[in-house]
Amino acid sequence: MSEVAAEPVPMPAKRRGAQLVMLALAVLVVMGAYANVGLAMDGAIPSGMLTYGLSLGGLMLAAYLVLAKFAPWADPLILPLVTLINGLGLVMIFRLSESDSNLPSARLASPNSQLMWTLVGIVLFSVTLIFLRDHRALQRLTYTAGALGLILLVSPLIPFLGQEINGARIWIGIPGLGQLQPAEFAKLALVIFFAGYLVAKRDVLALAGRRLLFIDLPRARDLGPVLITWGVSLGVLVMQKDLGSSLLLFGTFIALLYIATQRVSWVIIGILLFAGGAVLAGLVFDHVQQRFEVFLNPSDPELFDRVGGSAQLMQGLFAMGSGGILGTGLGQGHPELIPLAFSDFIFAATGEELGLTGLMALLMLYALVVQRGLRTSLAARDPFSKLLAGGLSFILAWQVFIIVGGVTNLIPLTGLVTPFMSQGGSALLANWILIALLVRMSDAARKPPPQAIQNEGMTQVFQR
Amino acid sequence: MNSTLKRTAVACLAMFALLMINVNYLQAVRAEGLSTDARNTRNFYDRYAVERGRIIAGGKVIAQSVETDSKQFKFVRKYPEGELYAHVTGFFSPESASAIEGTQNKLLDGSSADLLLRRSIDLFTGEPTKGANVEVTINPRVQKAAYDALRQSGKRGAVVALEPKTGAILAMVSLPTYDPAELSLTDKSKVFPRYDELAKEKGQPLLNRTIDRTYPPGSTFKVVTMAAYLEDDSSRGPQTTVEAPQRLTLPNTTATLPNYGGAACGSGQVTLVFALERSCNTPFGKMGMDLGYDKVQEQSAKFGMGEPLAIPMPVAQSDFGPREDEAAVAMASIGQRSNQMTPLQMAMISAGIANEGTVMKPYLVKKVTDAKGDTIEEAEQDELTEAVSTETAAKLRDMMVSVVSNGTANRAQVPGVQVAGKTGTAETSDNQPPHAWFISFAPAEDPKVALAVIVESGAANVGAEATGGGTAAPIGKAVMEAVLNK
Repeated sequence: MSEVAAEPVPMPAKRRGAQLVMLALAVLVVMGAYANVGLAMDGAIPSGMLTYGLSLGGLMLAAYLVLAKFAPWADPLILPLVTLINGLGLVMIFRLSESDSNLPSARLASPNSQLMWTLVGIVLFSVTLIFLRDHRALQRLTYTAGALGLILLVSPLIPFLGQEINGARIWIGIPGLGQLQPAEFAKLALVIFFAGYLVAKRDVLALAGRRLLFIDLPRARDLGPVLITWGVSLGVLVMQKDLGSSLLLFGTFIALLYIATQRVSWVIIGILLFAGGAVLAGLVFDHVQQRFEVFLNPSDPELFDRVGGSAQLMQGLFAMGSGGILGTGLGQGHPELIPLAFSDFIFAATGEELGLTGLMALLMLYALVVQRGLRTSLAARDPFSKLLAGGLSFILAWQVFIIVGGVTNLIPLTGLVTPFMSQGGSALLANWILIALLVRMSDAARKPPPQAIQNEGMTQVFQR
Repeated sequence: MNSTLKRTAVACLAMFALLMINVNYLQAVRAEGLSTDARNTRNFYDRYAVERGRIIAGGKVIAQSVETDSKQFKFVRKYPEGELYAHVTGFFSPESASAIEGTQNKLLDGSSADLLLRRSIDLFTGEPTKGANVEVTINPRVQKAAYDALRQSGKRGAVVALEPKTGAILAMVSLPTYDPAELSLTDKSKVFPRYDELAKEKGQPLLNRTIDRTYPPGSTFKVVTMAAYLEDDSSRGPQTTVEAPQRLTLPNTTATLPNYGGAACGSGQVTLVFALERSCNTPFGKMGMDLGYDKVQEQSAKFGMGEPLAIPMPVAQSDFGPREDEAAVAMASIGQRSNQMTPLQMAMISAGIANEGTVMKPYLVKKVTDAKGDTIEEAEQDELTEAVSTETAAKLRDMMVSVVSNGTANRAQVPGVQVAGKTGTAETSDNQPPHAWFISFAPAEDPKVALAVIVESGAANVGAEATGGGTAAPIGKAVMEAVLNK
């Protein structure tokens, strides 16, 4: 530290002005897209445009002010990027709701409730920033978070509370409020738990056991936590038929284990365990096997016509193919023909109307958010922050990879929310909290360390 | 921990790279295949998304797109006089299109490369793309006259009329007909059963008899035999005499070829013009045998037979028939063997003679204009074949005039106009009454129209040689009158 004090630390710029400009730009792009939809579909600017613009713009300004006051050193890019993604999702859902109401994807798209949830999400983002002044407080809640995560994860299985929708039991009903997807919040709690747990145990877990070929195997007794997480993930898969969440949680745990222990062996063990579990599940459950068949040969006519076959995936691919390089233009394609175009398949719907160009931009937006999150992790000053920021960034990237990869037939399709785009309140709220945590940590990481107080006798303050 | 974090960052980057590569693969490489997949229902909706161009005949709209209130189907196709023009316009069904709707589809829906400039301009001015309008050569008055006259016969049949000097198709009627509107609805559950119903109907209303099927030509083919005979020796003329026995003995068979109804033809020696006027079988059978297979076949080819033709709809191939024995040549020379002719081909023969021996390529599309009225393409008049010399054409014309003024086709006479024509009665193998044929052109000295009429099984209950003349010639007369404004 004395060296640091001797030379002036290069101060990271706050860049609040740039952030405000980018935020305004994001809101403007969304407004433009919104107007585009109206002009293309009805020949007029949508009547709700002003309300829409004012509420989104106003709340963004409020979020910006909160951020400027309570996290002044925070990364300037994260909030505008997420605003743009969220806004594009809103526009797509609005666009879907405007098409022929005989189709379920048009009927079930509800732009107003999605806008409402976005606003609540932004409020939660601000509240998190205001009340969570030091994210390291979360480290003390490691096991509480773990328990909470588990409870949330299994809550849909509780009779009367849990509900099964579209074949997956991942919902709980809250009287008067509708449904909630607790797994989305469990995701947050479990990443906090993983980070806290690994900070405490990483030295033990990093101990090498036997060496096999080029890999140092961990000691057998340290396999415990991995096996437990594996078991829980498989449990989610089996009990709730939720392939996506299962893959999401287990993958994130393995990634964090690797980051914490620096042992590749954990990754290999993790992959083997998951592959074993998947094969087992494939043998036991028809729906897992079918997903795999569909993945291998989606255009097979027999699979296409089968109930729960490849028709949905193919509709998404057709949409993207019809969009081509430049897309049909907002409001000028037929994304309403894709089942679940407003949720799982919103990426394909966007691909039809904005084309390859739009999707590359969209993927770039996600990649930038993830990259800013990982930078925060690199710059963080304590292991818990590193693991938490790394874990939250990874889970975001991993989630985008699983759902977008599934929709584009890169990997077998598993139902997951496209972060910030898919219709659904739970995911929006959870992801806005996730972003708030990243912003909070980036503020802590970029804040210049307090300078040593000079000329005060022998007392020196060290930043740990 | 930073080293593993950096590797994790690389892994995340790799995941996004994979996604991006895959999206490129889907939307650039596989896009064409995916967007044209038959199961991609977008193609179905897109059919109704653009305002298709109109099909126009002589200033009259015969097919057009009308805007609807539906969000799914923005435009639907309407056919103001559907049944009258059905075989010209065709239909525009959810998955297919026929006739002009089919062959000119890319122009009508605006996707043709010829409309690239228009589309680019529309892109910048923000106007919705509209399809090009297709103007056909059909003359509504002639079409109506042909339709009404044929309909009056109460039989199945076809009428096709050409402008001899250009090849433009003035009328194209095939009965029974259908209503294209019924097959151009957006509701597949209505269109497909209706189509199956029409396809199974005995009268085959979906068939365009003028170009889609061939018939034995009967005595109308004698014009071709005569053309070959005159071309063979330029000294021959209408007054040249030929043998006309009551029965022609066919070599290597026990069969003989009689005249129609076993009647005598003159006094055993007749002039060519007399043989054509009376449509005697024996002299033509003899002429055919004297010429031999090659010469009659060659003459047939010179009238355009055996060449693939599209107007732009593909035309069934007409054919003189395969090489057989001499007896077969004799039969084929009177149009009663394996010769198969489309009515259009017969009209082309008539038109070739009318146009001093030159057969013009028949065409149906006169002009294509974009939505702003700029011409995209215009029909060119092409010579198809040089069928006979000018002299031969003149001789044939004079003889055909005589057929109308003195012979079997007297019912095609138009007051004040010289009409050239030839009747025909084609016997079919099944126990049906023979088909009645008539080909003609008028006015003989300056032809404005050449036509062919066939009335299926139309020769029933009409006496003697007046058959083709009895039912088909009056229909031809009505069409000629419509063209000549009589």
